[in-house]
Amino acid sequence: MRITDEKGYSTGACATGEECKKIDDLYPKTPFTKEMKKTHTILIPSMLPIHFRLLDHIFKQSGYNTVVLKGEKQHCIDAGLKYVHNDTCYPALIVIGQLMEALLSGEYDLNKTAVMIIQTGGGCRASNYYFLLRKALINAGMQNVPVISVNLSGMNSNPGFKITLPMLRRAAAAIIYGDLMMQLSNQTRPYEVNKGQTEDVITECVQYISDIFDKGKGISVKEIRENLLYMAELFKVIPIERTQKVKAGVVGEVFVKYSPIANNNLEGFLAEQDCEVVVPGVTGFMLFKIDNRLEDIRLYGGNQAMYKGIMILFNYMTKVETILIDVCKGLEGFSAPSSYAHIKSLAAPVIGSGCKMGEGWWLTGEIIELIEQGCPNIVCTQPFGCLPNHIVAKGMIRKLRSLYPNSNVVAIDYDPGATKVNQENRIKLMLAMAKEQAEPAPAALRCP
Amino acid sequence: MYSIGLDIGSTTIKCLITDEKGNILFNRYERHFSLISQKTAEILTAASKVLPHGEKQVHMALSGSAGMGAAETAGIPFVQEVYAVRMAVRKYYPETYCAVELGGEDAKILFFGNSPEVRMNGSCAGGTGAFIDQMATLLNITPDDMNELAKNSTTLYTIASRCGVFAKSDIQPLLNQGADRCDVCASIFHAVVNQTIVGLAQGRKITSNVLYLGGPLTFLSELRRAFDETLDIKGICPENSLYYVSLGTCLEASSYEPLDIDDVIRRLSEHSRKAQYEYEPPLFADSEEYNAFKARHSSCKAAYGDISSYSGKAYLGVDAGSTTIKAVLTDEDGRILDSFYSPNGGSPVPVFKRYFTELYRKYPQIKIAASAATGYGEDLAKTAFGLDFGIVETVAHYTAAKVFSPKVDFIIDIGGQDIKCFKLKNGTVDNIFLNEACSSGCGSFLQTMANTMGMTAKEFAEKGLFAKRPVNLGSRCTVFMNSSVKQAQKDGATVEDISAGLSISVVRNALYKVIRTNNPQKLGSHIVVQGGTFHSDAVLRAFERELGTEVVRPDIAGLMGAYGCAVYAKAHEKESSSTLTLEALESLLYETTNTVCKGCSNHCRLTVNTFDKKRRSIGGNRCDKPVSKGADRSQFNIYSYKLSLLKEYFTLEGSGKKLGIPFGLNFYELLPFWNGFFKALGIGYEVSCVSDRELYTEGQGTIPSDTVCYPAKLIHGHVKRLAERGITTIFYPCMTYNINEGQSDKCYNCPVVAYYPEVIDANCGDEITVIKDYIGIHNRKHLPSKLRDILAKYGFEYTPVQMKKAVDAGFSEYESYMAKIRQKGAEIVAAARKDNMPIIVLAGRPYHVDPEVNHGIDRLITSYNTAVISEDCVSHLAGEFKSNVLNQWTYHSRLYAAASYIGTQPDMQLVQLVSFGCGVDAITTDEVREMLERRGKLYTMIKIDEITNLGTVRIRLRSLFAALDKEEGR
Repeated sequence: MRITDEKGYSTGACATGEECKKIDDLYPKTPFTKEMKKTHTILIPSMLPIHFRLLDHIFKQSGYNTVVLKGEKQHCIDAGLKYVHNDTCYPALIVIGQLMEALLSGEYDLNKTAVMIIQTGGGCRASNYYFLLRKALINAGMQNVPVISVNLSGMNSNPGFKITLPMLRRAAAAIIYGDLMMQLSNQTRPYEVNKGQTEDVITECVQYISDIFDKGKGISVKEIRENLLYMAELFKVIPIERTQKVKAGVVGEVFVKYSPIANNNLEGFLAEQDCEVVVPGVTGFMLFKIDNRLEDIRLYGGNQAMYKGIMILFNYMTKVETILIDVCKGLEGFSAPSSYAHIKSLAAPVIGSGCKMGEGWWLTGEIIELIEQGCPNIVCTQPFGCLPNHIVAKGMIRKLRSLYPNSNVVAIDYDPGATKVNQENRIKLMLAMAKEQAEPAPAALRCP
Repeated sequence: MYSIGLDIGSTTIKCLITDEKGNILFNRYERHFSLISQKTAEILTAASKVLPHGEKQVHMALSGSAGMGAAETAGIPFVQEVYAVRMAVRKYYPETYCAVELGGEDAKILFFGNSPEVRMNGSCAGGTGAFIDQMATLLNITPDDMNELAKNSTTLYTIASRCGVFAKSDIQPLLNQGADRCDVCASIFHAVVNQTIVGLAQGRKITSNVLYLGGPLTFLSELRRAFDETLDIKGICPENSLYYVSLGTCLEASSYEPLDIDDVIRRLSEHSRKAQYEYEPPLFADSEEYNAFKARHSSCKAAYGDISSYSGKAYLGVDAGSTTIKAVLTDEDGRILDSFYSPNGGSPVPVFKRYFTELYRKYPQIKIAASAATGYGEDLAKTAFGLDFGIVETVAHYTAAKVFSPKVDFIIDIGGQDIKCFKLKNGTVDNIFLNEACSSGCGSFLQTMANTMGMTAKEFAEKGLFAKRPVNLGSRCTVFMNSSVKQAQKDGATVEDISAGLSISVVRNALYKVIRTNNPQKLGSHIVVQGGTFHSDAVLRAFERELGTEVVRPDIAGLMGAYGCAVYAKAHEKESSSTLTLEALESLLYETTNTVCKGCSNHCRLTVNTFDKKRRSIGGNRCDKPVSKGADRSQFNIYSYKLSLLKEYFTLEGSGKKLGIPFGLNFYELLPFWNGFFKALGIGYEVSCVSDRELYTEGQGTIPSDTVCYPAKLIHGHVKRLAERGITTIFYPCMTYNINEGQSDKCYNCPVVAYYPEVIDANCGDEITVIKDYIGIHNRKHLPSKLRDILAKYGFEYTPVQMKKAVDAGFSEYESYMAKIRQKGAEIVAAARKDNMPIIVLAGRPYHVDPEVNHGIDRLITSYNTAVISEDCVSHLAGEFKSNVLNQWTYHSRLYAAASYIGTQPDMQLVQLVSFGCGVDAITTDEVREMLERRGKLYTMIKIDEITNLGTVRIRLRSLFAALDKEEGR
């Protein structure tokens, strides 16, 4: 093989196979050391507005100096376009773009800053975020910024960062708390008498849970139930005035579905269109991810001890999910989410339970669940060219329509170049059909 | 009370006034040239005068993509346009089953009856009015002319229907090869029809009672005919077909409170003043800055000679580009004597003949001593005019750039359809960047935009020079840019701001999308810019600003290819030139015929240009077979070997129910496994067939996602074929995991390969059973028992022992197949080395062996006297290597292994095939490139899709060979 000069050009010589490995080892990883835990600020790209406020708190409580980024949307996208392969999916672009934008802003001391991303693992290209981020950092000359990967598979570990059992339990509780807030606030916000009150309740709840976490509490099953009941009561007393609104469901690729940066503030837009937004929570998705490991063993065989181990985690999450559902059910005038098991049973006749990459069959299941709950008008969000969504979203729409003739699903692609006006126009079409279904007779005079 | 329905689309405004009975009092259809608020106010003012008795109170609503913004800010009711059509059709043509409405950038299909559905094109504007406009610009005629021409068509060409951009790259070669414009026009209309049916009907049958609505379908009778023919129906284009959106808007408007029309006009005109959008700093602060810029660039001039006083030897360079034809004539010292630049209007030969004849007649004292051609139409021009040399564009441009900047290390050429960038090192092309499938950011794009605004390209570009707030339009595909422009218009950007914004986005597209640099400052230190698009000062300014450096723009920026040819011709001058003399030119006979090549199953439609009844130039061929009639080189081609091996597995006799296997995606490699497996069990199967274009067309109606990769789309055709043969059970299992080859962390399939059976089941499974169960071939231990359970579900009962034996038989067949491939690969390498042939590792996925997927690129490579092997012939030789990305897919890990191995082999080069839409390859391409470059190797990537522009592929390959030749010569 030919050796290259310092600029990377061929000098005409050839090297041996052993040298190949060395040549590729260009990117020595900068570990996040134990010392850095004290000295470094850790930047976290934002995704779920409510949940991440709690997660941020959990990290802080465990001694990490974290910051959830609030970069300006266009700047983040520009930074993403600049440092990530433009054909990579949109979430990667935004996640890495947010981090790069912050690092390049000059606001952080690069010698005292680390970045964090969440990896789910799995067969989709999204598992490559960590590496794409490393590449971006190297290209920007910031290879010394450590990258912390948060995952449950033990990938790309760091000496200074460890997910402890208490953190894990807090995180599980935070997801449940976050889901409750999201579910209930979506049902009060469109009808609240005093504008902004729902938002105030969310802030109050986040503070309440943070304080409880600070006391080292709020993670036992009993406490979770108590806290959920407490928070539910806060939402329940928000004065509301029911008006006729179209329920619009939002499903999709998990990042685009939740992140307002990625979906051009879809929930806000739907609210403006006089809709009640229904967004399924994160708990089910977590259960889906855990269940995938079980499903793999069921389908292809594998280690039974491991199966039992994962089953403990699965059962625990199921238990807290049940509490969440019970609390919502007990709340008069509110609708409760369906259980994971129920959604799985809805999806199974349509798509195999082994379909697990990305959102897998779970996405199809969420659509059916929404239809079943009386919300057949659905925006299915995905990054442009999202691989699993060819299968589990667009690929299933025809079948869903034949099984559920009232389903009214519009698939919307998100992309740095896709414009709001196109997306909104298509959503408006879906809503016009929804309104026609809801009110077949001509309505009385409306005000614009 | 009267109703006003105002439909503001992407290019036009349509306005109607109806009375309570639905009678139309007023109608207006006008292009708005992006002056939306102004035009709207004008039209409404005219409309208000029609209202009887000075009535001011009306029901009113807006519709259309550009109407949405106006409605929002002015507080006027908005009716979604597809919904409006639905309302109007229900009232005026209640018996309608299906309505097709094509608009400027939207296409819609509406189904009525028991299961109403409305569909609208997603983020892709292919197959719409704007697309037809774009094509008309390309042909240098109006859409109406296209309609007239299409009436006389005799042959239809296949033109990609998915995306306007792809269609363009199909049409361009057709034009350059001299295909009849009548046929091209008709083919474009058929492409629009296909796009609409595939993209929107998605498998739902369009039978009878069809309405044609919207501008294109109203104005273009041939487009309607194309729909009629394709659907085998007779559709109706009703009265007021242009106004259905407006009609429906009027109907809907009556359910809102009435408005005062003067008040509406006032509110709408205020709309533009509230505008807010992302913008960039102005290109030039003032005219002083502009003048300094002008002065600097005007100093970079070519040397000129005086043709009228010159006599003697001269050198002719011809650049037969995609939309233009250019020529340069130089004297012996390289001084330019004359030059020529003209749109080719789709037929370059007569255009150039006219110029060339004139040149001879005017300057008889000049003798053409040597000549060369380059560009898309290189072969055509060379054959037609007897030119001495044909050179690849990269070489032509490099030769020219060196004259202006001897140390040039980076050339960027933005032409009509393509962006070409070359990184140069040691006198060879080190890296090439071409826009593969997308022509956004090219000249013809700006041209089309200018036309939409009712201006010439030059006028349009100049408008942007002093724009105060250039729009930030992002850097993506034309289609997205069109909608970005739409959005900007909605937000009230002026034409000036849009013009400047487009110039900036052209540059960003080139830098970030084509070259994909993340540090424009590092492109090179001596940069030459050329190509017609850089004639625009706005583009040049945007480019320099993005790079933060000053670049060289020769005054002949649009002629560099031709100039390079002339310089090349001079340097390679032979004793005598074969260039046609005046006499020969005057008597030039020129004939074009169309034929279908029978050389292989591709059945390429060939355009044969015959000159003087003897010289032939053939276009439309996907390989060199019809051209070279050369020896069969399949012994140096692993792709043809693989295919012939796999064909041996196509049928298996057995007892009981026969299974059908669609020949695509993972079956390209796992077919031997299933053969061994089913043989041991005595189950018979039938494999569909090898894909071809027709098969794709047959299956395209059931494809649910138009952005999935082409190999996946083909499966639909395979399943259809099997069903037609009476097969009732398809064996097509889901496979999250593939065989573990130990070279990757995990052994995943990509999501599409893994789960496409689900799509087939959900979209084609109404009448057939699809065995789409999940099979874990990676887990050999449990495979027999799991397979046993699965087969039992379908009535195939076997004992555990039988299953164990069958699985073993499957693996042994698989391994013997893989061993044969490796063996053959080694033989090809040995034979090639003996003959001193270069070896190309054409790397992709196993299913890239499909000739309909690879479009014969393997054969194209062997026609250059080069051996072709695949990544799996060498990946097992790689030894240890490390990838800097997550290496977790079985097929993809072979790419990294192959790249690592090729780094140790001086006579091997890697060419990577990438299917358009392959998300995973966004990662592998970067990594493979980096791995190769670290080893001092060239990297070549070829994007393939439904249609592949082999012209671009040839440029890549020829440049690679030119670089290798040069390297060897050194």
